[in-house]
Amino acid sequence: METILFLAATEPDGSLAPAALEALGAARSLAAALAGCSLTVGLQGPSVQTAADRIAGCGATRFLGVAGPDFGSARYASDALAAEALVRASQATVVVAPGTSRLSRCLPGVAQRTGGQADTHVTALGARESRPFVNRWYYRQRMEAVVQRTQRPWIVLIDPGSQSPWDGPPGGAVAVEMIDVTLPEAARKTSVVGVRAPAADAQTIRPDADLLFVAGAGWTKKQADGQARVVEAEQIILEFLKRSRASLGSTKSLVDLGGEGQTVLSFLSHLNQIGQTGATPRHPKGLSTCCHGEEPHTVGWRFINERRAISLDPNCGWARGKADVLYVADAFAVMREVNRLLAANA
Amino acid sequence: MSTAYHVVVCASLVPDPLQTLEPVAGPAGPALKNEAMLPFVLDPWAAHALYEAAHLAKNRPGTKVWLVSLGPKPKLQQVMMTVAQKVPFEFVPLDGSASGFAEASAVAAALAEGIQAIPGLDRSKLLVFGGWESASRGAGVTLSMVGERLGIIDQFQGVDELKIQDDGAFEVVERLEGGQHQISRCAGPPALFGWATGHLPEPKNNPQIGMINMRTLMPALQKAKPIQLADAGLSFDSVVLPKQLRETRIVKDASAEDVAREIVDWISK
Repeated sequence: METILFLAATEPDGSLAPAALEALGAARSLAAALAGCSLTVGLQGPSVQTAADRIAGCGATRFLGVAGPDFGSARYASDALAAEALVRASQATVVVAPGTSRLSRCLPGVAQRTGGQADTHVTALGARESRPFVNRWYYRQRMEAVVQRTQRPWIVLIDPGSQSPWDGPPGGAVAVEMIDVTLPEAARKTSVVGVRAPAADAQTIRPDADLLFVAGAGWTKKQADGQARVVEAEQIILEFLKRSRASLGSTKSLVDLGGEGQTVLSFLSHLNQIGQTGATPRHPKGLSTCCHGEEPHTVGWRFINERRAISLDPNCGWARGKADVLYVADAFAVMREVNRLLAANA
Repeated sequence: MSTAYHVVVCASLVPDPLQTLEPVAGPAGPALKNEAMLPFVLDPWAAHALYEAAHLAKNRPGTKVWLVSLGPKPKLQQVMMTVAQKVPFEFVPLDGSASGFAEASAVAAALAEGIQAIPGLDRSKLLVFGGWESASRGAGVTLSMVGERLGIIDQFQGVDELKIQDDGAFEVVERLEGGQHQISRCAGPPALFGWATGHLPEPKNNPQIGMINMRTLMPALQKAKPIQLADAGLSFDSVVLPKQLRETRIVKDASAEDVAREIVDWISK
């Protein structure tokens, strides 16, 4: 019989992020699929009561918490200590947590400390013959596996964006069993001093956007008139991002050109990179422009639901068989017109 | 006076990303079709970690760099023919599977044991580097478990920048969600860094560095310790390629205006 722990870190305001509510939804589904198992909530952060009250109606039989100023920052030493205490106190056999940067950093180490195992980037989980299983991808989203484990505790980190968030009604005040965790001096060797975010008008990565706009290397190549029009490409893309609120992804080749000091789209960095050595973001829609290449380059939009592409090559492997619609057209002309229409509709 | 460090880089081998990969059922679980025939490369993010380590060593006299890598001996040799020409390091090969389907905790145990066996390694100077995820398992689990086995509780993942301050403390820049970075200050070693891309370009091949590396690399390869990885209760119900092939509607000979109108309608839905 499994004991499931839903584990999450609270936000600075004491709330739970959408990724955490997704993991809670997954934990509840797993609990429902496993007969006789119990669900415990474990929260860590500067304060946990607000978050616990928010999910009081999730069906958990216990609420555990580790809270205090020492646990406010995303620091490995303190996060791992708090999570370890929650895992041990709950006697969890399966731990379901959101795959945020914060918990992805510390939970594999917690698995090591508690004699368990960890699986990250989990995109689905369920139960078969009373045994839990998870789906995850290998070789950079090239192949999907269904995995089971016998070793416990099994820590499962859910990929944000892959699940429906739990959206049950707010419950009343819940009694949280607080666990006293004292941070040793050695765990204070690191301190978080701040977060660096791009300026609001320079922010091109928007995980919550409905649309991923993928810019390919074709934007920087010579056009029909024999000239590269990089400055114009920048203007078109930035205007589109501003008007559509899309998130910007880029193919590796375009990012690499930047690393080699060539004049390319100035706002691109490796953080925009999608694909083999970049991100595989999740958005409802994706529009690729001037992209080319076959697998493995196309894994960058593996998790995009509706896909359309603009390319001058009707046989482009990026789009054929992988996009729903391929527009064989000049992206400069099309996107200029798209911007004009979006401006007119604003 | 600048501090010297002992930098240990953990780096796996992965199939060249441009190769077609297909899973097959092997005697000990899933494997890649024709895996022995595939050309391999040093894992991309771990390679960045190696370049960062070499950059650190160049600017910190007395700093030493070790490269600890687990893989089949012939593949290790093949990959080192290229990597050894990039930057100076001392090689610590471990002869075993480089499969992405191998259990991360078992790989971590092998790597930690290999690190602990390095003669003269000074824990008070120890920095463990690696990629924050591999291009094979892609989990970001192994390095953290290596750190735990070595008793390192200052761990950073998705590192894009590491600056050493005048007082010996580190300023570490780690990736967060949404294009943001977290900045931390760590008082000093031992510490572990799972590198993302960093900022350094791939070094050009330097035959002189290759010659120096080869003096120790080939004898180390000959003595590489064989490693058997335990499965730790991991089993695979299935491993499949995504079969999803979309029926692509191809729109040719439409004006830019018509295409734009259709796109705007679509994104506005």
